[in-house]
Amino acid sequence: MNKTVNQKAWFFVLPVLLLVAFNAIVPLMTVVNYSVQETFGDNVFFWSGISWFEQVLKSSRFHEALGRQLFFTFTILAIEVPLGVIIALAMPRKGPWVSVCLVLMAMPLLIPWNVVGAMWNIFGLPEIGLLGKTLNTLGFDYNYTRQPGAAWFTLILMDVWHWTSLVVLLAYAGLVSIPDAYYQAAKIDGASSWSIFRYIQLPKMKRVLTIAILLRFMDSFNIYTEPSVLTGGGPGNSTTLLSIDLVKIALGQFDLGPAAAMSLIYFLVILLMSWIFYTVMTRNEDQ
Amino acid sequence: MAKITLSHLKHSYYPNPTKSEDWALKELNLEWDDGGAYALLGPSGCGKTTLLNIISGLLIPSHGKVIFDEEDVTDLPPEERHIAQVFQFPVVYDTMTVYDNLAFPLRNRGVDEETVKSRVTEIAEMTDLTAMLGRRASGLTADGKQKISLGRGLVRNDVNAILFDEPLTVIDPHLKFQLRSKLKELHQRIQNTMIYVTHDQTEALTFADKVVVMNVGEVVQIGTPEELFETPQHTFVGHFIGSPGMNVLPCEIKNGAAFLNGSKITTTNKAPKDIKKAEIGVRPEYVTFSEKGIDAEIVKVSDAGRFNIVDTMCAGQSVKLLVQEGASIPTGSAKLAFAPNSTRIYSDGWLVREGGAK
Repeated sequence: MNKTVNQKAWFFVLPVLLLVAFNAIVPLMTVVNYSVQETFGDNVFFWSGISWFEQVLKSSRFHEALGRQLFFTFTILAIEVPLGVIIALAMPRKGPWVSVCLVLMAMPLLIPWNVVGAMWNIFGLPEIGLLGKTLNTLGFDYNYTRQPGAAWFTLILMDVWHWTSLVVLLAYAGLVSIPDAYYQAAKIDGASSWSIFRYIQLPKMKRVLTIAILLRFMDSFNIYTEPSVLTGGGPGNSTTLLSIDLVKIALGQFDLGPAAAMSLIYFLVILLMSWIFYTVMTRNEDQ
Repeated sequence: MAKITLSHLKHSYYPNPTKSEDWALKELNLEWDDGGAYALLGPSGCGKTTLLNIISGLLIPSHGKVIFDEEDVTDLPPEERHIAQVFQFPVVYDTMTVYDNLAFPLRNRGVDEETVKSRVTEIAEMTDLTAMLGRRASGLTADGKQKISLGRGLVRNDVNAILFDEPLTVIDPHLKFQLRSKLKELHQRIQNTMIYVTHDQTEALTFADKVVVMNVGEVVQIGTPEELFETPQHTFVGHFIGSPGMNVLPCEIKNGAAFLNGSKITTTNKAPKDIKKAEIGVRPEYVTFSEKGIDAEIVKVSDAGRFNIVDTMCAGQSVKLLVQEGASIPTGSAKLAFAPNSTRIYSDGWLVREGGAK
């Protein structure tokens, strides 16, 4: 066989390589660069080894932010995934209402994130916001700018409102892909609605739910815009999630070294947890 | 087990059917004996699946009644009718083992585990699934999955009838034959009423004792495979069954006899006076070359194994005949003879009875 060796083909790969280099590799390496050096401005750098990493990993501030982040992510996952599945099950499979439901569901996903934050910021204000005013009129003492509990409640409610739709749409896509014969067979076999859900719908939704959980995990772990607009991390530090803390260190205090070290740790945590999620959820697939 | 009676059954998917095309199923009356093997045969869209779903209860007919033995079950849901159904695409519960799949219908009905075990073991043995009982159902091949679907139907002993909706569609050709023989064997063993829907004449004719041929929502003929072959009641049956199908030739009628291109054709029946769209039907098996007869031009000879299929043009119409392998075939022009006992006159598609009425 005569193979043509043509090195010119590399030119076709070059644009992609450049693109990846500029938007991923170069910034990431810059961060790595900052994370192992110390600077006092004027572009003068001193080698500092892994001291920034040690500092971040030992700091209680990081531990607390990570704790809040984990609490946030697992709370919204625990609410959004079951709720999304329930809504998807309740949606019609045929008829004119399908498109109405789909459009309604897609709406929150189309709103710019900072607008979502701003909307809920106003919505929750105790004096003029619909939610805040209503709760206070009903006798609840609710003020998310002063009470950590109220701030968390609003933050989670906002995320559920904003992102449950994504789980709904994915779960719905999984549901409509089930052929009618499955439901007919189950009917003939005398299966209860619970059995139908457990043995037909849930297994068929497994793949899309895996994707939904992974996406919601990564997105919620990275979340910045909405909480930053809604509470800005307050009151105090009570809703300061990892990303908000990172921005405070990097841009507020201009501590580039610790911020860079924290970014890398943050990145590795997401990578590791995504891997664990994925492995656990696809474990039984090949048997 | 039960006798199934369909009385004045009609169905339309439209709420207010007006035209005859609106009916997916035109009025029909049928009786199916307990323990029989039946096939519903017809082209895609002829209403056979509609009919099957009405029997199983997945569909409620717009008109008429479904009666099992003496009981009217028209409004009963599938699970109360005690029927089993095997679908075109195998339905298995992916996350369960083969054993749990087979046990599922029993467990749903609250049968105790001991009985479940003995029934599942027995059915697994019948359907050759014993070796796979512990495996996950999702890992099986299409024919294995189809056996599970079938097994889930057999496992219950309260089943009135087992319905098959083109169950061999996704099965590999060499396994089709095996699975079909298995069905036949199971039928003989358990003597349950089986209704088998298919568009494949080989499947229908080999499986069933009686075949119901359907076309555009209507039952055209019910009969044994032999009856369908020898005396088709409608040109559609003649054409649909047999390979190649029956020759259907428009003809002229004079004094009750059929004439083709001026020559008289001897037929078993006589044409009535009010005949509409007169045609004669004769199977390729009963057309021969002869010394005298109707003039024809030979167009094409195709080898079909033990037979040769000869295409001829006879008075502007195509006539096919089957010739034994090895027999001599003339070239160019020839004369054709139709076997009188197997040549019949059809009026508007329907066989003209001896008396003359439809």
